[in-house]
Amino acid sequence: MWLEPNETVVNKVQVLDETGKLIGSHPDVNDDELLALYKWMVQARTFDQRALKLQRQGRIGTYAPMIGQEAAQVGSAFALKKQDWIYPSYREVGACLVHGVTMENFFLYTMGHIKGGTSAQGTNVFPVQIIIGAQCLHAVGSAWASKYKDENSVSVAYIGDGGTSQGDFHEALNFAGVYKLPTVFFVQNNQWAISVPRSKQTASATIAQKAAAYGITGIQVDGNDVLAVYSTMKEALRRAREGKPVLVEAVTYRQGPHTTADDPTKYRQNAEVEQWLGKDPLKRMKAFLIERGIWNEELDQKEFETANDKVTKAFEIAANTPSSKTVEVFDFVYEQKPSQLAEQQNSIQVEGVVK
Amino acid sequence: MTAMTMIEAINFTLKKEMERDRNVICLGEDIGKNGGVFRATDGLQDLYGEDRVVDTPIAESAIVGAAVGMATRGLRPVAEIQFLGFIYEAMDQMAAQASRIRFRSGGTITAPMVVRAPFGGGVRTPELHSDSLEGLFLHSPGMKVVMPSSAYDAKGLLASAIRDNDPVLFLEPMKLYRAFKEEVPEEDYLLEIGKANILKEGEDLTIITYGPTVPLVRNVVAEIEKTQNLSIEIIDLRTIAPLDEETILSSVQKTGRAVIVHEAVKAGGPGAEISALINEKALFHLTAPIIRVTGFDTPYPVPSVEDDWLPNATRIGQGIREVLSH
Repeated sequence: MWLEPNETVVNKVQVLDETGKLIGSHPDVNDDELLALYKWMVQARTFDQRALKLQRQGRIGTYAPMIGQEAAQVGSAFALKKQDWIYPSYREVGACLVHGVTMENFFLYTMGHIKGGTSAQGTNVFPVQIIIGAQCLHAVGSAWASKYKDENSVSVAYIGDGGTSQGDFHEALNFAGVYKLPTVFFVQNNQWAISVPRSKQTASATIAQKAAAYGITGIQVDGNDVLAVYSTMKEALRRAREGKPVLVEAVTYRQGPHTTADDPTKYRQNAEVEQWLGKDPLKRMKAFLIERGIWNEELDQKEFETANDKVTKAFEIAANTPSSKTVEVFDFVYEQKPSQLAEQQNSIQVEGVVK
Repeated sequence: MTAMTMIEAINFTLKKEMERDRNVICLGEDIGKNGGVFRATDGLQDLYGEDRVVDTPIAESAIVGAAVGMATRGLRPVAEIQFLGFIYEAMDQMAAQASRIRFRSGGTITAPMVVRAPFGGGVRTPELHSDSLEGLFLHSPGMKVVMPSSAYDAKGLLASAIRDNDPVLFLEPMKLYRAFKEEVPEEDYLLEIGKANILKEGEDLTIITYGPTVPLVRNVVAEIEKTQNLSIEIIDLRTIAPLDEETILSSVQKTGRAVIVHEAVKAGGPGAEISALINEKALFHLTAPIIRVTGFDTPYPVPSVEDDWLPNATRIGQGIREVLSH
């Protein structure tokens, strides 16, 4: 029997429609959680917009905005337990904040501070990964360690649609399936990998269906619907905890540029962006909360102000952190510094040529 | 003491380290039921089970990448790459992930892991089974690169590698796996990573080598010293990253002459680094140019010509004569 391409019908999970009306069954989420989900999205967006501004002012370095992906990131990370791990790519501020990374840490990272990569300290968040897809294998190894040590911890790899083209992504799904590892591969299909559209990354109709090839579970969810993401991720984590890895495809949109060094007008149409702005995750959730009678414009404005203050404070902490010194680069290569490194370190101190 | 081949010493050490530390686990292709294509892990799965001696799918990047994930979460994985020539598949996980995690986490996360791989030529393999690629990792800060040349060294160095808190690439000369047996203490001992071994002291010339070419160099030197009034010092580096500068420099300062022997290709190889080091720090002690006797700057060749391509007794003899002619 021929296995025809894209025969499998993948139904996208949705709870709210684009206007914030309940279309699915109401997920098991109480009002406090509903508000918390929205407030996290407000924080993520506020941080993101400020970071973009600060980069334009030359006060931080290159930044990869996540605007538009707040529901996917917040909804997924909100479902994690404290002992679970995140293996993020570089566009995961929302998810990382929810799982305990501080805003000042992210500022330090974007400001090129040597210690900017230490976000994992005290939180179960691995340092930001630059190489596309590489973190999927670290999540696999981490899950393996959790399973071996019986720690009831799930490792979640965050990756984009472009990342699903990488060998490491496929090898990771394969390993997770073979060894029944407690892993979730959370793909934010934001439609664009820098300038290349989703349609040119893969001939698969969906990314979720790729799970089938590895004998693991796959699911597609509306990534701009925070309630759909949250409830889907909760179930994915429950399965993963039982040794059944899951591939989640959250369909969303990168409203901004790839990074602050990118100009998306060169490769995509404004009409497309406009269309996706109509599906904005914050607007949708806000409408739902107002309709439910637990939110209003005044509270909303206050919430953005609170978030703004928080971001301001975080930036001040980061800006007042003494900058990195070149002599420090020699300290984190090996546990014990080999003589060559000690000599190179000494040479720059003696000559006084660098700070 | 027990007479062991190098492969037996490696197998014995893995067994002992797994017994000592429950966090040590082995993973790789064909290492479980089959005990590895060279039998390095023979019998380990029977002893420690499938959870600790894992037959993986054929995916080198995943083997190394998963090991990185495990190591950063408290395990001490020992990954096997079936032949070093296959490690290109795992280059990112080796050079950009395992090597850099301590650095990019500002010293807060470490990957104590070992990647074992057979390497070196002279055993008539198919393509890409004999390549000596150690130079790539000498060029990858954060990675240690260790290679034994005897059963005794294999045991002490492998135990050190497994207990090291940094990632270690442990390269096993295939040609020497069963080339000889020697007495090896069964009890625990460690050999320091980053410390070279002066195999034989001498006054007139220093030969710097490591891994597969060590027994060859010893034979060549023994032959020369039988017929000529020469005294040659032999340094077995044991580790090329980090390099034991002190041992290299003090030897060359004494002898004034150096020949470097390795199977890896010449351009940008470990010999180039060693030669540059001597030039920077001991040039005025030299009485002759430094000579490198290495593989040629071609891909590793077909078996019918590999004996001429590899540093052999003739080429090493020529190198020695050339250095002594000054």
